[in-house]
Amino acid sequence: MTGSALSGIMPHLPALQVVVPLLSAPICFLLRRGLVSWAFATVISWAAFATALLLLQAVLTDGTIRYEIGGWAAPWGIEYVIDATNAIVLVIVAGIGAVVMPYARRSVAAEVPANQHSLYYTAYLLCLAGLLGVSITGDAFNVFVFLEITSLSSYILISAGAGMDRRALTAAYNYLVLGTVGATFFVIGVGLLYMVTGTLNIIDLSARVPALQDNRTIHVAFAFIVVGMGLKLALFPLHTWLPNAYTYAPSTSTAFLAATATKVSVYVLMRFLFVVFAPTYGFMALTLNYVLLPLALIAMVAATIAAIYQYNLKRLLAFSSVAQLGYMVLGIAYGSVQGLTATLLHLFNHALMKGALFLAVGCIMLRVGDVTMLGVRGLGRQMPWTMAAFVVGGLSLIGVPLTVGFISKWYLVTAALSDGRWPIAAVILASSLLAVIYVWKVVEAAYFKEPPAGRVVREAPLSMLVPTWILVLANVGFGINAEFTVDVAQTAAMGLLGIVP
Amino acid sequence: MLELFLAKYNYWIVILLMMIGLYVVVARGNLVKKIIGLNVFQTSVFVMYISLGKVAGGTAPVLTGKNELFSNPLPHVLILTAIVVGVATTALGLAIVVRVREAYGTIEDDEIEEIERQDMAGDLEGRRR
Amino acid sequence: MTPSSLLLATLLLPLVGSVLIALTGGRPNLREAVTLVTAGLLAITVYALLQDVLAGGQPAVTLIEVAPGLPLVLEIEPLGMLFACVASGLWIINSLYSIGYMRGNGEQHQTRFYICFAIAIASTMGIAFAGNMFTLFIFYEILTLSTYPLVAHKGTEDAKRGARVYLGLLIGTSIGFQMVAIIWTWIAAGTLDFTAGGILRDKINPTLLPILLALYMFGIGKAALMPFHRWLPSAMVAPTPVSALLHAVAVVKAGVFTVLKVVIYIFGIDLLAETGASQWLIAVAAFTLLSASLVAMTKDNLKARLAYSTISQLSYIVLGAALATSYGVLGGALHIATHALGKITLFMCAGAIYVAAHKTEISDMDGLGRKMPFTYAAFLIGALSIIGLPPLAGVWSKWYLAMGAVDTGMWIVVAIYMISSLLNVAYLIPIVARGFFRPSAALVPQSVGAAAAPATNGLREAPLLCVLPPCLTALGCVVLFFYADEVIALLRPIVS
Repeated sequence: MTGSALSGIMPHLPALQVVVPLLSAPICFLLRRGLVSWAFATVISWAAFATALLLLQAVLTDGTIRYEIGGWAAPWGIEYVIDATNAIVLVIVAGIGAVVMPYARRSVAAEVPANQHSLYYTAYLLCLAGLLGVSITGDAFNVFVFLEITSLSSYILISAGAGMDRRALTAAYNYLVLGTVGATFFVIGVGLLYMVTGTLNIIDLSARVPALQDNRTIHVAFAFIVVGMGLKLALFPLHTWLPNAYTYAPSTSTAFLAATATKVSVYVLMRFLFVVFAPTYGFMALTLNYVLLPLALIAMVAATIAAIYQYNLKRLLAFSSVAQLGYMVLGIAYGSVQGLTATLLHLFNHALMKGALFLAVGCIMLRVGDVTMLGVRGLGRQMPWTMAAFVVGGLSLIGVPLTVGFISKWYLVTAALSDGRWPIAAVILASSLLAVIYVWKVVEAAYFKEPPAGRVVREAPLSMLVPTWILVLANVGFGINAEFTVDVAQTAAMGLLGIVP
Repeated sequence: MLELFLAKYNYWIVILLMMIGLYVVVARGNLVKKIIGLNVFQTSVFVMYISLGKVAGGTAPVLTGKNELFSNPLPHVLILTAIVVGVATTALGLAIVVRVREAYGTIEDDEIEEIERQDMAGDLEGRRR
Repeated sequence: MTPSSLLLATLLLPLVGSVLIALTGGRPNLREAVTLVTAGLLAITVYALLQDVLAGGQPAVTLIEVAPGLPLVLEIEPLGMLFACVASGLWIINSLYSIGYMRGNGEQHQTRFYICFAIAIASTMGIAFAGNMFTLFIFYEILTLSTYPLVAHKGTEDAKRGARVYLGLLIGTSIGFQMVAIIWTWIAAGTLDFTAGGILRDKINPTLLPILLALYMFGIGKAALMPFHRWLPSAMVAPTPVSALLHAVAVVKAGVFTVLKVVIYIFGIDLLAETGASQWLIAVAAFTLLSASLVAMTKDNLKARLAYSTISQLSYIVLGAALATSYGVLGGALHIATHALGKITLFMCAGAIYVAAHKTEISDMDGLGRKMPFTYAAFLIGALSIIGLPPLAGVWSKWYLAMGAVDTGMWIVVAIYMISSLLNVAYLIPIVARGFFRPSAALVPQSVGAAAAPATNGLREAPLLCVLPPCLTALGCVVLFFYADEVIALLRPIVS
């Protein structure tokens, strides 16, 4: 840790965090051979993860890091700003990438045509770079650029599933249309902000915008940004692109995107809502209470009910994601420290659970080739480790004690109750009880139904089981000892609201 | 009233283009036309950015030594990036349309939906098995 | 070993046991040996802790801080000590019985059965020794989940439906109400530690206390307070050893144990007595008590009848807690032990009858008593203990509960206790009477289990391992009658 090379690199970690994956994307493309590209992408993912961890550590010890790209000072140049909030998002994104990559080799080999492998990994690296970029940058327009890098590469990651099911193409197309509309709305909002304030730097914006709370143009900018990010994060009823996209994408893409892409959008929404606009009254403050809050509640209940009726496991989990995003938006809508703490916790925790669940489903896809309720029948005995992973992930989704889901739910309910919002606490709990139904549908099929006659299935290979179980164990580990995550989330939430601890 | 329209005519144009673009995206069933609509929509934003950087009577921001009035270059630079993004989106969208055409034999929304309904029925067939 | 490491051992022993059971799954004899050894070691550990507690010790150990201000803590107090003694002691007897029953019936998936059983016991220990409400809640949920596979054991449609109701109601009430109550308490009081005298005094508006109490009482679904009692009859689809240990002892007693803990250490009985916040609970518990007894009389299925009897008996304890007097609480706590002994006896007898004769309906059991005298004798003793006749343990707990009612001057509650005891007579004694005095119907066993006697000479007692355990627990009912004083002495500190 004290090597001179490392200490030379340390100050430039913020830049490396994005530049390394970004530049390695074309290299990955030039490597051509699938296996080599995979190995290269894996190494880069782990490097990014290490960088993110170092950055988190640096932020927690020394406070916010501001890094000027190319040495151009802030109002003119682009600045990277890392505080507790985005440090944790960086760790989520890079961590999930690092865990998913070793898994990808077998899964991608089975689901994506061989001649597209190096392209697939190139798209993955671009997506990773984009996600990291969105999280790290302190410049509003730069957010848009990275958002589009992310989106374009994720359309590719989704349409790569066309080899398995042609519906991946239409899913990717619909996502492309809605995603572009969302991103464009966002950039309109940013343009309007620039028009009023003359700056794109988020820190400068946060100094100028809150004073203009009654400015009409600011209101319009606010509306465009909220709707645009709502589309990107699949806020009900703007979620329609998500179920198909997650269902027909290759398992690796689904696991990676479900655990990271929407989370980053939630982060951007939080950053703009609380740092840039920081509404205290009037139109914008009311939006939280009368638009985001009801939508979040509807998402939690409606999407959970929709999930109950799904026959395809990936689709089931996709609807569950829409519901879980509802939980996150709910915390945002509270607008309180407790609420944001809960959101940030759930951001982290949900990445762990959905990552684990989608990876488990990917294992089933590899061995059975069918991830419907019919396909999982009797798998409890045929693929014990995979199904055990699914069960733990499912329990976490429900919010059973000693899993991360419980921690999230505990803080969400605490946030609701400490504001005296009883009905909301009731909805949160009702929705998590409904989750029992869809998880149990799968459990019963896997453990109490006989497998289709004559089907012989082996357990998934270790290279896929190990990453799955790393996430499963993380679910339990951070569920038993959540002190660290709660601490970071609390610091981050206070940072967002500008409260000095 | 007329003054309001004329003084801010650039924004009216932006709004008009934006609505046309969105309408095409929503109302047209042809996948290529949707992409075109998306392009119009994006173009409206380009116009917005570019026009808001314009200073009346200003020239291009080239340092010529004379102390002259020039437009704000930053929005223009930003929109160069946005145009690149737009082009990439269009290219990718069209590429997907090509693949859709190969897979489904059509690029009409309703026909694709019909085929997908049959796919879905096929899935349900498996359920009954 | 120090007391705190012993305390940790009560949790780890069954868990390690479950792992060893999983590893030895292929060899049934070894597997059962592991179960028995684990149960024995656990009982010894609990006994050692008992000595320490009797000597005035109060061992405690903090496992981990789950989140800031929410540690997992194990701490012994007398009530939990009693519960742990009951559960761990009966586990040994029930393990013997399980072996007899599961083999006698040739059940499937026996390894899974023993694994889940051991985990359930571990979580029961966690509940018994929980040092704060958060810890208790966590083990409470694990207990629910670990018993789910036991209820669904047979894997039939019936079993799955029963297990769904079981899981749905228990998880539903605990997450829907109990968790809210706990979080509310946490926000209001800033702590969840079990503290003598309660933690809520002056922390919460007295008019809201009944609501918080209701969230707790209905949230503790395992106490089977109506209208959330349906899970208990549903759980009867499980194999009989599960019904015997878990649904007559561990799970349901975990419920009423939690009720007592909440009343004593969260609210404090003085606070409840002063504010009258538990008045409504008296009515609900009394209603559950009587109506469950009445329903029990209509049930022809033996296990279903016993299940409703359990619901009724649990409400004795809830009622005792709701009275908010020392005698009521002591009686309730003592009833945990006495009812456990009595009811496990009855269930094990029901299982023995099923193994020997494959009969589940009471109306088919005419004349069986003459063929299975030991089983029926044990059943009679268990029944008399539950009714509350001397010289059997049940009399003491009912005595204390009635005293508690007298203390508050609520004679109607005393009357309810009496009427209910009469109802107990009415639904339990006929079973024995039929067995001994009715002429036997066609005594050819329908589907002969491995252990049933040769068809030529009708049928006889179930295998030794099925008959001996209920006889032991019946004996326990007698012994506890004479040692009730000691138990009361152990419990006394909780109300002083």
